[in-house]
Amino acid sequence: MELTSAIELRGITKRFGKKVIANDHISMEIRRGEILSLLGENGSGKTTLMNMLSGIYYPDEGEILVNGNPVTIASPKDAFACGIGMIHQHFKLVDVFTAAENIVLGLETEGKLDLKAAAAKIREISDKYGFVIDPNKKVYDMSVSEKQTVEIVKVLYRGADILILDEPTAVLTPQETDRLFDVMRNMKADGKAMVIITHKLHEVMDVSDRVAVLRKGKYIGDVATCDTDPQKLTDMMVGRATTLNIDRPEPKNTVPRLEVKDLTIYDALGVKRLDSVSFTAMGGEILGIAGIAGSGQKELLEAVAGLQTAEKGASILYRAMGQEDNAVELVGKDPLQIKRAGVALAFVPEDRLGMGLVGTLGMTGNMLLRSYRKGHGFFTNRKEPEQLAKTVKEELEVVTPSVNFPVRRLSGGNVQKVLVGREIAQDPSVLMTAYAVRGLDINTSYTIYNLLTEQKMKGVAVVYVGEDLDVLLELCDRILVLCGGQVSGIVDARTTTKEEVGLLMTKFKKEGAEE
Amino acid sequence: MKLSKEPLLRIAKRDEIARPKAYAIRIAAVLLSLIVSGLFIFAVTKLNPIAVYEAMFDGAFGSERRIWVTIRDAMMLLCIGVGLAPAFKMRFWNVGAEGQILMGGIATAGLMRMLGTSIPTPTLLCIMAVVSLVAGALWGIVPAAFKAYWNTNETLFTLMMNYVAIQLTSYCVALWENPKGSNTVGVINQATQAGWFPKIADQSYLLNVIIVMTLAVGMFIYLKYSKQGYEITVVGDSENTARYAGISVKKVTIRTMAISGAICGLAGFVAVAGASHTISTSTAGGRGFTAIIVAWLAKFNTFVMVLISFLLVFLEKGAIQIASQFNLNDFAADVITGIILFFILGSEFFINYRLILRGKEAGK
Repeated sequence: MELTSAIELRGITKRFGKKVIANDHISMEIRRGEILSLLGENGSGKTTLMNMLSGIYYPDEGEILVNGNPVTIASPKDAFACGIGMIHQHFKLVDVFTAAENIVLGLETEGKLDLKAAAAKIREISDKYGFVIDPNKKVYDMSVSEKQTVEIVKVLYRGADILILDEPTAVLTPQETDRLFDVMRNMKADGKAMVIITHKLHEVMDVSDRVAVLRKGKYIGDVATCDTDPQKLTDMMVGRATTLNIDRPEPKNTVPRLEVKDLTIYDALGVKRLDSVSFTAMGGEILGIAGIAGSGQKELLEAVAGLQTAEKGASILYRAMGQEDNAVELVGKDPLQIKRAGVALAFVPEDRLGMGLVGTLGMTGNMLLRSYRKGHGFFTNRKEPEQLAKTVKEELEVVTPSVNFPVRRLSGGNVQKVLVGREIAQDPSVLMTAYAVRGLDINTSYTIYNLLTEQKMKGVAVVYVGEDLDVLLELCDRILVLCGGQVSGIVDARTTTKEEVGLLMTKFKKEGAEE
Repeated sequence: MKLSKEPLLRIAKRDEIARPKAYAIRIAAVLLSLIVSGLFIFAVTKLNPIAVYEAMFDGAFGSERRIWVTIRDAMMLLCIGVGLAPAFKMRFWNVGAEGQILMGGIATAGLMRMLGTSIPTPTLLCIMAVVSLVAGALWGIVPAAFKAYWNTNETLFTLMMNYVAIQLTSYCVALWENPKGSNTVGVINQATQAGWFPKIADQSYLLNVIIVMTLAVGMFIYLKYSKQGYEITVVGDSENTARYAGISVKKVTIRTMAISGAICGLAGFVAVAGASHTISTSTAGGRGFTAIIVAWLAKFNTFVMVLISFLLVFLEKGAIQIASQFNLNDFAADVITGIILFFILGSEFFINYRLILRGKEAGK
């Protein structure tokens, strides 16, 4: 099949400030009838580049050609005029509108709004490519995957024939991902040009025809997917040979550290978020927690940390390292009482800057968060936290101008290192992490995996809430699967398969709570 | 395909700016504002702008008395700004300083009238200070407690508390009217000067300076180095982080607003016992709102607040002077101060961002 060029980029450069070059003279081609994977670590400039195609940013230098003609894309409207549609990571839909209403929203058409005609056209598009969509369903009744479908149909409805998908699979189960890929292949066969941004290498291998790699804002090159493998792609991304294996020693001397029984949580609106969850986290092992986003992972960790109010009858028993006979009940205690009870609990929450750290303060100020109460004086003691900040900076190689530089201005990976470094420095008996490697580059991710494994070997009970099933299967000893706030299964990570975990993630889907 | 051209101007965020350059931008903004308001003065009034600026300076610093009045008013503004700093640092929108000042003022005036003849002035001053602190603190605690326990909106709540305080003041003015029928309280204890700030080194307002500067230094240390100050920073940054760290958001909210209200109440004490020696509904006179600008512009650094308080008072005094000297109406003078403030505030934009013209490269 003859592949014609849809978009050609010539020398595209985008700078943020003087020091940051997000895109450095990038020249590449996007072709019709082809799925192109845009691969690169976080901060390598993938999203910035695609945002320039969709009119969100304006390039500082360089030329964009669509169908061979130079164009200026100064706004999303211009992008649509060129036939470019981007599906963002975060959906931009109106909850109380139906699918059809969302799809026609913002389109300037002559005459009266004809939702019936719109619905007919939507059905036509869905049938053509194999989408499953009900034009009259309200967005608030939809699952994440349905919302994504609406976003894709929305850009197709507007006549886009060049589609950019920014990490579309991050929120999907394995089964939903397969369905999305089928649709993408149908669109490819129809001659559309497609770009998919993803971190998951097996997906790249699965769906794309060609892979383009960015590294630190530079275009490294492209390869046909059939000529490469995950190891080669990783080496291209990182710029040197890397090992992709996570070291997983056998757990030894496992003892119960955290016994959760009949934990039920309702949120402020009275929706049941956790439904009689029971499990035991053992010291000396990593317990993975899998589930679709919003299945109760956040509530579970927060309940242990004393940030959620459990229903009557729940019990969370904590046993410190070296004091296994002395169990402390955590239910009914707030974070301060938990701390005062001598519980060594480290918690790396999902929302790093919104919950775990103080963005306006530097590393020292953030180290202080766990220790500022020390001593009887009126004033804080900054010597120890400053020392700790320096140690963390050195050992975890945090890139920051100084330990007093506001952490909110650090990159995502460095923010996470500050948080994890502080939590591990508490010498915890239980370490809970939520999406610990989200948004981190490969090297930092492996640093974090190693730190967690190190803690596990010390006898700490590590609870790892994750979203990448491949990592969960490689890193953890056991995996607990949550579905709609219930435990749908606890499996041995060494023997289970991705398919099994994926099925457990949607086990109670029909009657279970929506996310 | 119909596409727009490259935009004429684009905005890019600066990552960092050298301190001298930032100050250069600020100074340029002040100079530019003087030129623009000079043009305005000339265009509208045909007056010599230099003469007008001279008059402004004269109005604020023209004589020893004027200098001291400027200092007194700047200290008053600073005192309220210092009071607002912890609340706003906690992101608690305390727009109720007016009411908190009035409550402190009522307490001071009441005690001054009641005890003026029976207690020596130093003791009386101490009692008045304490009672005004308590009165202001109460006015701060009420909206804070409602916010902490029932999540009410503090902006509306503190604002409405102002009107309650104004009504209470009106009531007291009617109650303490002197002479009868004047609808004012008159100068309290004019003959005995009981409960008035004493002269120090022959200066009537030196005690004001000492009190307010002590507060400013104390607040700086409190916010920066104390455990409570740290808690305020955390709560202001993210309530979730505070809860995560075991900080009681309720407790910190109420405690901080008690401090904020108390200092504003003390400002009422300084205003009554240290300056006007009377009480009226205009004792606060909008300064509770102006001080919000002081606190935010200084980013809660109390030393920078000193400078900003002086700038605002200088502009105010200058405006009054040119209004009377050149027979301009107040609005013309306000336009000039408006232009100057606009440029100073606007310069912050150029410190954080820069503009790129069409066709220019972004690198340089």
